[in-house]
Amino acid sequence: MNSGPIVRIEGLTRRFGPIVAVDRVDLEIARGELFALLGGSGCGKTTLLRMLAGFETPDEGRLFIDGQDMTDVPPYRRPVNMMFQSYALFPHMDVAANVGYGLRRDGVKAAEIAERVAEILTLVHLQDHAKRKPSQLSGGQRQRVALARALVKRPKLLLLDEPLAALDRKLREGTRFEMVRLQEQLGLTFVMVTHDQEEAMSMATRLAVMNAGRIAQIGTPHEVYEHPVSRFVADFIGIANIIARDGGGWMALRPEKIALSAERPGLPRTIAGRIVDVAYEGDRSLYHVETDAHGTMTVSTTNTSRSAGAAFARGQPVWLGWADESGQRLEA
Amino acid sequence: MTGRARLAFGVLAFGYAFLYLPIALVIIYSFNESRLVTVWSGFSLKWWHALFANEAMLEAAWLSLRIALVSATGAALLGLAAGYALARAPRFPGRTLFGSLVVAPMVMPEVVMGISMLLLFVGSERLFGGPDRGFLTIVVAHTTFSIAFVAIVVQARLTDFDRALEEAAMDLGATPWVTFRTVTLPLIAPAVGSGWLLAFTLSLDDLILTQFVAGAQSQTLPMRVYSSVRLGVDPQINVLATIVVTVAACALILSGWLTRRKV
Repeated sequence: MNSGPIVRIEGLTRRFGPIVAVDRVDLEIARGELFALLGGSGCGKTTLLRMLAGFETPDEGRLFIDGQDMTDVPPYRRPVNMMFQSYALFPHMDVAANVGYGLRRDGVKAAEIAERVAEILTLVHLQDHAKRKPSQLSGGQRQRVALARALVKRPKLLLLDEPLAALDRKLREGTRFEMVRLQEQLGLTFVMVTHDQEEAMSMATRLAVMNAGRIAQIGTPHEVYEHPVSRFVADFIGIANIIARDGGGWMALRPEKIALSAERPGLPRTIAGRIVDVAYEGDRSLYHVETDAHGTMTVSTTNTSRSAGAAFARGQPVWLGWADESGQRLEA
Repeated sequence: MTGRARLAFGVLAFGYAFLYLPIALVIIYSFNESRLVTVWSGFSLKWWHALFANEAMLEAAWLSLRIALVSATGAALLGLAAGYALARAPRFPGRTLFGSLVVAPMVMPEVVMGISMLLLFVGSERLFGGPDRGFLTIVVAHTTFSIAFVAIVVQARLTDFDRALEEAAMDLGATPWVTFRTVTLPLIAPAVGSGWLLAFTLSLDDLILTQFVAGAQSQTLPMRVYSSVRLGVDPQINVLATIVVTVAACALILSGWLTRRKV
């Protein structure tokens, strides 16, 4: 068995007419990673995922899976399975037939198919639903059938296209933990596409932020959040105040790294301002503070006490303060 | 019942009467005892017996049935291929032209189609010495005419079809042909089935096109009926109409049910 990266992409490019959807992307994904491709719509993340699955043929570049060149291999001969955003469950087959479909294509014996289907359905807690049709399942159950169907062939690589987008918010949070648990338990490599930065941050071991067909930054969620390399990344992940640095260039300062007080604080950097907007979010409050030095800045405070409302009112003069190391210098 | 509701009900009843009363009359008069088509003189099955003893009529019916079965099957296969190509194939040269040609028989006057078919068969007879006009030429003409109806329902069905289903099958290891056989075809089968039934009914009662391409020897049921009506109407026509209406109604109901059925 090869011990190199499970996925190696070299200069991969895909054009649709005049549009370059994926532009000379280089990427390596290690075994056992839960890797997220994160970006807004049209950034090329889905096209990149579809090239990994084999549904799109790259115009340039090579794609290796487990050391083998897969660039021109059709989807049905790749050791890769995908979970679709719409789940794409076959409506004319029951849950067991859906999950067993891939094994039947491989000519696995009926007894073994039944065994492996039962095993994977137990893993996703659907052992009692094997005879149901997809139309008789809830959204969350369908999602788990789609996951089971993609996992049952034990692919070298599991691709997930917006795996949680169709679920409601409450269910999504529980499912996140469940998917991370499955990934660790099975020791597989997951590559998922998402537009939801919270989802990418909380699930991924590493993520790639994409913009206009290119990878803007690759790193762990912590690296990408605390050490963004560009204004685009700083702005895309969470909220960032992008302010001019003394020596030229730019710096990103997260709202929670700024201290907000009525009196001038004893911090290396302080500026005066006035609150122009307050957004109370329950666990925290967000303030828009008008400053002379840097325009409108966003600052957050954690609401640790249960006293009514936010600590500062609209129109109130305040001081902002931060330490030099609180901000991240941006390269671009 | 309010006045408004009564009026609405009246309009509805009138509409139904307008549509179905003539058919109901035909069915009732098929059990008439009288030899006159329009005068009721008592219940009898004698015209039913007469029809089933009418060799020429039965022969024509059997010919029509065989033509309808073969041409509907041919149209279903070709229409499936045409609909699939129109919905799925990426751009190919002449795609727009192909799309219009497929539906052309639906809008072209049947007389025009009849003449062009006749010219084709006469020409082929001159060049290749065949085929003889009869069963085969009628089947070819009916198939050509019905492809459009199958192609259109198949294409519509494939347009609403979630492409991800086919991609999922391929992702799970199915070759394009296996994908078509195990996923696409089972899901569009109701559309193909309802197209087949439509083609079957169209073939069964076609008269104009058939007149052009049928030889001297082969008379289909509508041709036979038409010529016998010209010689003077006999209540056997009512019996025949009753049978045809029943078969057509069953086919249409089945076709509608197949189209609506959720899979």
